[in-house]
Amino acid sequence: MRGGGGMLTVEGLRIEQGAFALTADFEVPKGRRVAVIGPSGAGKSTLLNALGGYIEIAGGRVEVDGQDVTDAAPDQRGIAMLFQDGNLFPHLTLAQNVGLGIRPALRLTEAEMAQMRDALNRVGLAEFADRKPGDVSGGQQSRAALARVLVQAKPLLLLDEPFAALGPALRAEMLDLTSQVARDAGATVLMITHAPKDAERAADDLIFVEAGRVDPPRAVAEVMADPPEALRAYLGR
Amino acid sequence: MARHAQPINPWPGIVAAAFVVTVVIAAFVGIGQRVEATSGLRIAEWQAVRFTVWQALLSALLSVLLAVPVARALARRRLPGHRVLVTLLGAPFILPVIVAVLGLLAIFGRKGWLNTGLGLLGLPEVSIYGAHGVVLAHVFFNMPLATRLILQGWQSVPAEQFRMVGQLGLSPRMVFRVIEWPILRQVVPGAFALIFVICLTSFAVALTLGGGPRATTIELAIYQAFRFDFDLGRAAVLSLLQLAVAGAAAVLALWILPPIALQNGRDRAVRRWDAPAPWGDAIWITFAAGFLLLPLMSIALSGLAGLSYMPLSVLSATWTTIWVACVSTVVLLALALPMAAWLAQARWGGAEALTLLGLVASPLMIGTGWFILIYPYVSPTAFALPVTALINAMMALPFAVRILLPPMRQVFNDYGRLSMGLGLRGVSNWRIVLIPRLRPQIGFAAGLTAALSVGDLGVVALFADPDVATLPLQMYRLMGSYRTEAAAGAALVLVALAFGMFWICDAWGRRHVDG
Repeated sequence: MRGGGGMLTVEGLRIEQGAFALTADFEVPKGRRVAVIGPSGAGKSTLLNALGGYIEIAGGRVEVDGQDVTDAAPDQRGIAMLFQDGNLFPHLTLAQNVGLGIRPALRLTEAEMAQMRDALNRVGLAEFADRKPGDVSGGQQSRAALARVLVQAKPLLLLDEPFAALGPALRAEMLDLTSQVARDAGATVLMITHAPKDAERAADDLIFVEAGRVDPPRAVAEVMADPPEALRAYLGR
Repeated sequence: MARHAQPINPWPGIVAAAFVVTVVIAAFVGIGQRVEATSGLRIAEWQAVRFTVWQALLSALLSVLLAVPVARALARRRLPGHRVLVTLLGAPFILPVIVAVLGLLAIFGRKGWLNTGLGLLGLPEVSIYGAHGVVLAHVFFNMPLATRLILQGWQSVPAEQFRMVGQLGLSPRMVFRVIEWPILRQVVPGAFALIFVICLTSFAVALTLGGGPRATTIELAIYQAFRFDFDLGRAAVLSLLQLAVAGAAAVLALWILPPIALQNGRDRAVRRWDAPAPWGDAIWITFAAGFLLLPLMSIALSGLAGLSYMPLSVLSATWTTIWVACVSTVVLLALALPMAAWLAQARWGGAEALTLLGLVASPLMIGTGWFILIYPYVSPTAFALPVTALINAMMALPFAVRILLPPMRQVFNDYGRLSMGLGLRGVSNWRIVLIPRLRPQIGFAAGLTAALSVGDLGVVALFADPDVATLPLQMYRLMGSYRTEAAAGAALVLVALAFGMFWICDAWGRRHVDG
């Protein structure tokens, strides 16, 4: 598998947190949308946080788009990540929040302003640019976060259940918008989900994580048709 | 292995902490040069140690004992003026000590309201000077502080618990056992420890109301060794004693000090079903209000009358005080913000202990050390104001860091990953994330520092020559020369200055707060 031209290559990754340990070895080809599924406490969030550079790893290598980013800072890894919450600064307007994705400063050039407005337009928030997160709905907050992902233009997008607090219809809408944003940006996506339906709707491949063990990705339809024993238990089939 | 990424570089904070430690160590070096020049401890020194500890214990005990019924009354009764009174309970913390002393003198002094009343009844007069006067003033300052801490504790009890009380028909005694006592047990040791530590380094109160062998704190003894005998060796020995006493107390108190809350938090009205006959609570509230308000009122009244008696020196002292307070506040922010950012990101929780160094090292101790270092080379009076500004900032540092640290941890917790993912590091992080998010706490800490600096009568009394004075020192000199009207006028200016500067900073912090 080494050097197979994947967008994300994880080699011998080891994470140790007290009694919990996780190991991972897999590759994700460019442009794929991958659902990460598994029981609570299996290490899904830990895996994504390690890939994003937010927690220390005990060993292994992470490669994004052919670059070794194992020791790179979170903003130097070619990765954009959305968390369960805290994706927007509440004291800044949606426009400012999106602008930070272009450049970590509050003053933007004309061209950057246009880019920011275009991104807000594409997620349908043009008239909400000057509102603050607290003054818009949860769905609109998610849209603003996606607009920022759009301007960040990173090759890899990690989603740690950012839409978990939304209702089913709104969540489906956001997943569709995410797919569209990822396609427009040409980004590869790794998303944690609890709902097999979400995986079937918005993902091409599926990674199953259980008790610190990470299965390599397989096509969603294929896995769902004949789930392995542990996944079968998780799905309750 | 990936290093643990952090949005703010810890080094400026470590440098700030190292600077504080260096200032204190330099003071030790100065003290150490003089200690051997003196021979052992005399009775006077042991008396000072004994009085310092005794008055601090008694002040803390009385403050807490009186605060419990007052807080209980305030927690379950809403009499007219409740909000104003609870807000006023915060006032003594930033009220200049010398002003409060003048207010207490107007009530309890020789020609005060109390003695006038006693005289009319043909009773002998009581004197406020001496040990009991020192304790009285400490209780005046700290009983409101203790009341607020206990009140905050009880207000953190969820309303559901009181609904349960109503449902079960519990008697006030049962309510005390089931709800109030557990909270008291959490809050009271912390309040007691805080007041005890504050009173250990009491100087201005002892200077004005104490004195003599039976009412001299160590801080006052340092000052006297300096000003009256210019016995630097003795001042150095006393400084070491102060350090030992305050250090031991601070280490003991460290683990139980309460967090310093912003304002009075949510002053929620909780419906209570357990309140017994109202007159008991009303008496306690009236007592607290009277104890707090009468001295404040007398300051306002005599101050207004005294404004026209003020000599020109008050004006120049006012100007000096303003700039010393501004410098103190800037220095404090330059130290406290990077230190808080370092500590908030540190996984080593004990780092907070460093900030207590400010409480352990008393102002006069540091002042003594620096005086000994400076005076062989230049006249220390030339450094009176810069040293005062620096020491005022260091004295406010433990409070400021304790105010800033919890919300700073929260910001790193909530927005640390987002900041790092976007590359918001260093100055950009301060500008775009930390300062906007922490604005209320920064304003509050700055206001507190400015007000404490305005009211400070400590190290400046040690260094200053007759030409240089801050307003509190000028006021003390006016009192010392029996120009009471002029002192009262200066007191009013001083109060206005302290509360004005606090208000400006605090209002800045609370503007545009959202999200």
